[in-house]
Amino acid sequence: MENSNNNRRKFMATTLQSVGLTALGGLLWSGYSDEAKASPLVLRPPGALPEEDFLRACIKCGLCAEACENRESNKNRDGSKRPGTLKMAKGGDHNMIGTPFFIPTKVPCYMCEDIPCVPVCPSGALDITSVSDDKGELDINKSRMGLAVVHKESCIAFWGIQCDACYRACPLLDEAITLEYQKNERTGKHAFLLPVVHSDICTGCGLCEKACVTEKPAIFVLPIEHSTGKAGSHYVKGWDNKDQERVKDAKEIHTKNERSEKEATDYLNMEVEY
Amino acid sequence: MKNIKYLLLRRTTQFILLFLYFGANAYGWHMLEGTFGASKLFGFIPLADPYTVVQVLASGFVLGADVLLGAFIIVLFYMVVGGRAFCSWVCPINMVTDLANWLRRKLKLDQQEVNYRFIKRKARYWIMVLGIIVSAIVGVAAFEVLSPITIMQRGIVFGFGAGVSVIVAIFLFDLFGVKNGWCGHLCPLGATYSLIGSKSLIRVDHNHENCTGCMECKVVCPENQVLFMINKESISITDGECTNCGRCVDVCNDDALKFTIRSFAKK
Repeated sequence: MENSNNNRRKFMATTLQSVGLTALGGLLWSGYSDEAKASPLVLRPPGALPEEDFLRACIKCGLCAEACENRESNKNRDGSKRPGTLKMAKGGDHNMIGTPFFIPTKVPCYMCEDIPCVPVCPSGALDITSVSDDKGELDINKSRMGLAVVHKESCIAFWGIQCDACYRACPLLDEAITLEYQKNERTGKHAFLLPVVHSDICTGCGLCEKACVTEKPAIFVLPIEHSTGKAGSHYVKGWDNKDQERVKDAKEIHTKNERSEKEATDYLNMEVEY
Repeated sequence: MKNIKYLLLRRTTQFILLFLYFGANAYGWHMLEGTFGASKLFGFIPLADPYTVVQVLASGFVLGADVLLGAFIIVLFYMVVGGRAFCSWVCPINMVTDLANWLRRKLKLDQQEVNYRFIKRKARYWIMVLGIIVSAIVGVAAFEVLSPITIMQRGIVFGFGAGVSVIVAIFLFDLFGVKNGWCGHLCPLGATYSLIGSKSLIRVDHNHENCTGCMECKVVCPENQVLFMINKESISITDGECTNCGRCVDVCNDDALKFTIRSFAKK
């Protein structure tokens, strides 16, 4: 009897220990994984799902990077082999390990028309429909790897120096980046040729960043969610018929409180003590 | 030469597979592309790691049909050849831990029996389940964030970077820490393959009549709890934790151990 009691006690203790240690391990593991997930500003291959979903979906097989490295068209003009754009994140890259990414200043995405990296993705982390047109044909121009941003203080074109390196490097010439002419008031007789990026066309390939002549590129690609703002749905364009549709069924709302008793002009001219 | 036959076969298999993976990236070969997570054999047969697939599904993403089919093919394959044949015939970490183990024996680090209270061989099953739970909570395949197996394989195919420290850590842990610490106690992938191969066809068979009880097999076996029948009973080693590495068959000088097709008829 005593023996079985002992056994039971021992069993309880070991079970408790195992459960406790598992919980401890789980906490550490979750914490680590969550931190590892919080990647910095990383650019993904064409057709990648939004980062959160991409990290779920990517099975870290590297087939996209291999397709990029080994595609037939991967040649420089002189026929020599070009290094692949896509790298697989390894320890020390400060990026979710084993996921594909690229750094435009090293090797930008050359936007192959046959997009070899996307159809090979077995898991669906690179979504082929997002880079296909209505007919189901691949269209690299639909990819949104990121969005280029110009830092005008370091862009020498904004100083008045003539430079259109990014404009000329852009594979969607005069579409994704256009040059805006402005009078240079400082000299009085020259023009500024200012690069302007159009977010509805820019694919984020990074050729502009690679081409930028400044010490640290003044035009650079950031993941789209980092290089775009959002006005919010409560702004409605009164001059835009389509946008007006959104408030077609809106009803007037009357707020009743102490302040609403008065006219707006009264309220604005009212003396207020702070 | 006789007593390293399977060892040589295993190393050859490991090297050839890793070289094919390496060549896919370096030279554009289409023999075996990708990494263990998901691969393509001969350019069209999908293969995928079942544990990774389960984690990704747990994290809330419905994977493409190719990967699911690939995992199915892998499960079927290892159900036949013995689940943990992956561990001893394919996994690159096996070379690291085998080296650590060999050094342990040479340095006589195993003379004292040490009781590692918290690290038991069953721990890997807990870790396996935990990995799936953590994947679901964090929303990312949790073991793939730190798996030394794929870190090493990707290292070979794409370059190591700082990932090499993980491999060194495993080596040191197995050499100076727990004997067979990683593969035999912690690795959740090994645990998965143990379950997959628990009913596998290819097994090592023990012939009690021939056995002289030298216990060489138990010295080299990385999972020597599966060899409980040595010098006692003539039965097959049916435990899923046996890696089918064949080291016991190699070192046995008495013809008491050999690979057989498992017979489900006899009890």
